[in-house]
Amino acid sequence: MSELPGDLLYTSEHEWLRRENDGSVTVGVTDHAQSALGDLVYVELPEVGQDVDSGGDMAVVESVKAASDVYAPIDGSIVAVNEELADDPEKINADPYGDGWIVRIQPNESIDESALMTPDTYQELLDQEDA
Amino acid sequence: MPFIPHTEKDTEEMLKAIGAPDLDTLFDEIPADLLIDSLDGVPQALNEMQIVRLMRDRAAKDGAPLCFIGAGAYEHHIPTAVWDIATRGEYYSAYTPYQAEASQGTLQTIYEYQTMITELTGLDVSNASLYDGASALAEAALMAVRSNRKNKSGRVLLAPGVNPTYEKVATAIAGSQNIRFERLAMDSKNGNTADPLDNSEPPVALVIQQPSFFGTLEDVDRLTDWAQQMGALVIAIVNPTSLALLKAPGHWGEAGADIAIGEGQPLGVPLSSGGPYFGFMTCKQKEVRQMPGRIVGRTTDLNGDYGFTLTLQAREQHIRRSKATSNICTNQGLMVTAATIYMSLLGYEGLRQVAQASYQNTAHLIRGLTAIDGIERLFDSPHFHEVALKLDRPVAPVLEKLSSKDILGGLDLSATSPDLGDALLVCATETKTESDLDTFIAAVEEIFSTEAGR
Repeated sequence: MSELPGDLLYTSEHEWLRRENDGSVTVGVTDHAQSALGDLVYVELPEVGQDVDSGGDMAVVESVKAASDVYAPIDGSIVAVNEELADDPEKINADPYGDGWIVRIQPNESIDESALMTPDTYQELLDQEDA
Repeated sequence: MPFIPHTEKDTEEMLKAIGAPDLDTLFDEIPADLLIDSLDGVPQALNEMQIVRLMRDRAAKDGAPLCFIGAGAYEHHIPTAVWDIATRGEYYSAYTPYQAEASQGTLQTIYEYQTMITELTGLDVSNASLYDGASALAEAALMAVRSNRKNKSGRVLLAPGVNPTYEKVATAIAGSQNIRFERLAMDSKNGNTADPLDNSEPPVALVIQQPSFFGTLEDVDRLTDWAQQMGALVIAIVNPTSLALLKAPGHWGEAGADIAIGEGQPLGVPLSSGGPYFGFMTCKQKEVRQMPGRIVGRTTDLNGDYGFTLTLQAREQHIRRSKATSNICTNQGLMVTAATIYMSLLGYEGLRQVAQASYQNTAHLIRGLTAIDGIERLFDSPHFHEVALKLDRPVAPVLEKLSSKDILGGLDLSATSPDLGDALLVCATETKTESDLDTFIAAVEEIFSTEAGR
């Protein structure tokens, strides 16, 4: 298992968040998630401008063996989606924390970090799941 | 497949293991007041000899009438080989099989079927079939809503020529899922969609039936372009036989219809008092993720040989659960097998001949019937194998008199479309000979000449 990037926040749904300089938040799925799903064949993206609620579904990642919802980790509105995934969903497999990003969300209010996981707590979750 | 029934001893042992004295105890949960000994109106069981006799007597009552009713289900000649082959043990299944990949022959048949249907409709992808044409409309509307996410209106426009039964079925299935079907106004002269077309309120989708329920031919190119310019999807309802002569939905307008559906019954499935039939559905490649039902694909196995497999299953209920595109998890396997054999036996040329002969017979019928005083065409649009006629008197008594001469003279439109007045929908397929047509015309003439209209 590769090292978890230290500058990201994580969720129990195996998603990651990166706080950008402009105040928006980039969201993707973790390396663990892409490896559990297997080769991705399709990503259903939300529309730019769409409002999302924390915990609500906003995208779907589909592999050859499963389809899985991607949940919004925070309240906000979608300001960008990774259009390249439409033609090239395997980017998520190849580079889950980089080119495989899924959406960027403009948060409605300041982010409650206590509701999210640090790399260390997420690593603990992964260790528990492996155990 | 082996069938191993329980012996009495097996049953006894199983009952003993769970501590139940007898089989009836297993149904104790059902409240006693819900249990009945007999059903009202359902007679006592008959033995095989009695039931064969009863069915033979009833079948004899049907006789072999000359049938001129279409209205969505059409009598065509079915080559004997179709059902001879379709009912072989290897094919004789109602559904896509479980462990589908173990049944390569069945999957290949479905794959061939999908190929033929996409060729007929001019679209990219076909599913393995749906229950019937009417429920296919409901699935197509739901599919359009999923695909056209920007439009939240839930409005699906229906051209005036959409089969009214299809509208009822689609409303029953999709009406509670925030979908509203709205009819466009009819041009009373040609029976097609009336002008002007209004751009102000873009719908999710527009449904165009070609030929229309009333046998007319719409200007599908113009309607398709109009709807797509508003961002709406176009759903085509088409008769598969007609596609041998008419423009395929994939070529309607500038960009082609997005989804095409229809009733597959004319392709080798007998009328059989209304079913089982099958619905077909095809769409553009970009809509395939929203398509309901099963899709068979061709692939390559480990040894590099080709093989067939169910594909895109992540759309389906057994994987995507409540988020599946549809709860349709199978297809009309046997009907599709028959249709595939029918299409391969006829080929392009055969299907074209069926369509051509049906068109010519209908033209003959129109000439003969409209020569009668009191009968004229209801609409001035071109036709395929069906036409709406305007009578100078109520239709039901005319049909009754024809029926006494063993002729099914068409569908009385007053039940579904009372606005049209005394109107009769008549169809003639390739199954009718010139003498059949003249028998029908003469019988109608006799009725109209002996009794004055109003």
